[in-house]
Amino acid sequence: MEKQQDNILDQVTNSDYKYGFYTDIEMETAPVGLSEDTIKYISKKKNEPEWLLAFRLNAYRYWLTLEEPTWAHLHHPPINYQDIIYYAAPKKKKELQSLDEVDPELLNTFNKLGISLEEQKKLTGVAVDAVIDSVSVKTTFSDTLAKHGIIFCSFSEAVQNHPELVKQYMGSVVPSNDNYFAALNSAVFSDGSFCYIPKGVRCPIELSTYFRINAANTGQFERTLIIADEEAYVSYMEGCTAPMRDENQLHAAIVEIVAMKDAEVKYSTVQNWYPGNKNGEGGIYNFVTKRGICKGNNAKISWTQVETGSAITWKYPSVVLMGDNSIGEFYSVAVTNNYQQADTGTKMIHIGKNTKSTIVSKGISAGFSNNSYRGLVKVIKRAENARNFSQCDSLLLGDKCGAHTYPYIKTGNSSSIVEHEATTSKISDDQLFYCKQRGIDTEKAVGLIVNGYAKEVLQHLPMEFAVEAQKLLSISLEGSVG
Amino acid sequence: MLSIRNLKVSIKGKEILKDVNLEVKEGEVHAIMGPNGTGKSTLSYAISGREGYDVEGQIIFKGKNILDLSVEERACEGIFLGFQYPVEIPGVSISNFLRTAMNEQRKYRGLDPISGQEFLAKMEEKKKLLDLPEKLAGRSVNEGFSGGEKKKNEIFQMAMLEPTLSILDETDSGLDIDALRVVATGVNKLRRPDNATIVITHYQRLLDYIVPDFVHVLYDGRIVKSGTKELALELEEKGYEWLKNGI
Repeated sequence: MEKQQDNILDQVTNSDYKYGFYTDIEMETAPVGLSEDTIKYISKKKNEPEWLLAFRLNAYRYWLTLEEPTWAHLHHPPINYQDIIYYAAPKKKKELQSLDEVDPELLNTFNKLGISLEEQKKLTGVAVDAVIDSVSVKTTFSDTLAKHGIIFCSFSEAVQNHPELVKQYMGSVVPSNDNYFAALNSAVFSDGSFCYIPKGVRCPIELSTYFRINAANTGQFERTLIIADEEAYVSYMEGCTAPMRDENQLHAAIVEIVAMKDAEVKYSTVQNWYPGNKNGEGGIYNFVTKRGICKGNNAKISWTQVETGSAITWKYPSVVLMGDNSIGEFYSVAVTNNYQQADTGTKMIHIGKNTKSTIVSKGISAGFSNNSYRGLVKVIKRAENARNFSQCDSLLLGDKCGAHTYPYIKTGNSSSIVEHEATTSKISDDQLFYCKQRGIDTEKAVGLIVNGYAKEVLQHLPMEFAVEAQKLLSISLEGSVG
Repeated sequence: MLSIRNLKVSIKGKEILKDVNLEVKEGEVHAIMGPNGTGKSTLSYAISGREGYDVEGQIIFKGKNILDLSVEERACEGIFLGFQYPVEIPGVSISNFLRTAMNEQRKYRGLDPISGQEFLAKMEEKKKLLDLPEKLAGRSVNEGFSGGEKKKNEIFQMAMLEPTLSILDETDSGLDIDALRVVATGVNKLRRPDNATIVITHYQRLLDYIVPDFVHVLYDGRIVKSGTKELALELEEKGYEWLKNGI
């Protein structure tokens, strides 16, 4: 029986990565390596104002004083930061006036990924900002959104067209000296999305950014900034994939969210960077700083993430609950298979009165992988009546993987109520036998059970994402259980 | 339909079934009785193909020796096991579970997946037939179910999947009398000339509601006595000791 289970486990680890193709396009790249010259190169390429170059150089000089953090439950050979290309962009002949001018190869690439950049063909009502390597190639529905006063464009465009907003908010949630990878990103970030929802506007469609790494030896360092003014609402989705390569590639992003009084921002991620092969070779190193601030009273920020990709995931989408009665939520499913490693969780910082946070984390480990939840719930002294509920569940498939939970709770106010629940479970032989007896084979059964386990999180995803995420969960674990 | 010949089953070298022979024909209901620990559940697992059992002999189902088939293949061939202790599958709704199962079975038989509408209509029909609560299908499989609800759910699945052979393992354990009636009525209503049922039970009680064509007594790994429903009554009256003395 045990042997059989081992067999099934072995099978699960042989899944295919659907998005591993590479597009051969003419690229323009910065010279390999990192220096003030690299940063000046990027800044010049983007025709940036003086203050932004200063911001970058500041961050870079600070980064030079730092050491790569080692506190996470992650192991990888040292990253050679001089071995990475920090800027890679598909060559374009001239300024794009319409979609017809986007390189057909690029359109094809995104079509293959299931992302249509042709607005008229879009049925689902989702506006997309498509980022390939270091630049945004196309933002759809910008004009439609502009009628509502909504700004949705690439970060680079925002720097040119809305410098006052960028200057005011960039780095206000994640300062450039926040941590090692945030400092690195602040120095070399290339593109990403920018979104501003004016006062009282509910964004009528889902906004999304699709990140694609294509070029070899290149790091992707994008930056996203979302500002929801008073009483505004927006639901934002992020997807990511990369080609299959034997070497590791670095992705270090920053996402900042600002929610003013009575505003609500929902941010959903389906992270499917190339996870490496079944022997643990290749894959993306994903070091990301995501944070939102509920600046005004009654603001709400909600993070939902489905993490199935990357060789290494280091990511803690957090909420600073500054406004009174503000709400922070974090719903996460993290799947690790083969030799993947994930150290992910959240920080909920309670500052305002009557603030509330909810954390639901579901880890699924298979193969030889390691999956850690790391979370901080902090209630400062003047945060009266703060309330937190955390639930951290781990599901183990097989006996060669690991699940770890590191919850940190710091409360400085005795009126706070902080609850933490945790469980660890396995898919039992009885469950599998039950499914199989109904005619469902092992792989389908695992998919079914895992999706059931993750349901509490998946139901928070927008419809467009939920179905995709369910499939992805099953595929990620294909061949892993018996 | 089912023909079991010289069946020997052992687990980790321990022989549980020593020599079981059984013939089940279309339209029949068989009851297998016997004291605890005589191999009744092992028999149901051996027929359904659960891993971890060493099986010798023959199990012929619809003219085919099924010993080399996997659990799911046997299920798709039309063998259904009503579990003694149905497991919980948190977060998976009964309707999602059943639709997946049904479509897997249809695929095996070369049929297209059932449409959403057809599936819903079928659920309504079977719920009505079995007098089951409206909300049942939306709940997660067996999660937080009472013993009675779990058994009703087994019967509901049986009704939906329409197996050729149903094996109900101790379906009456943990049932209050109302639930027992629902289960029994279900079995009776689902009875057709082209299907068959094996009811495995410890007590005679269930047989007040389900009238078997044949009763077999399994004792110490063998069927030691077979007869009609009167045998069950006799057993109830005299106890298993009566048989033991007779062997």
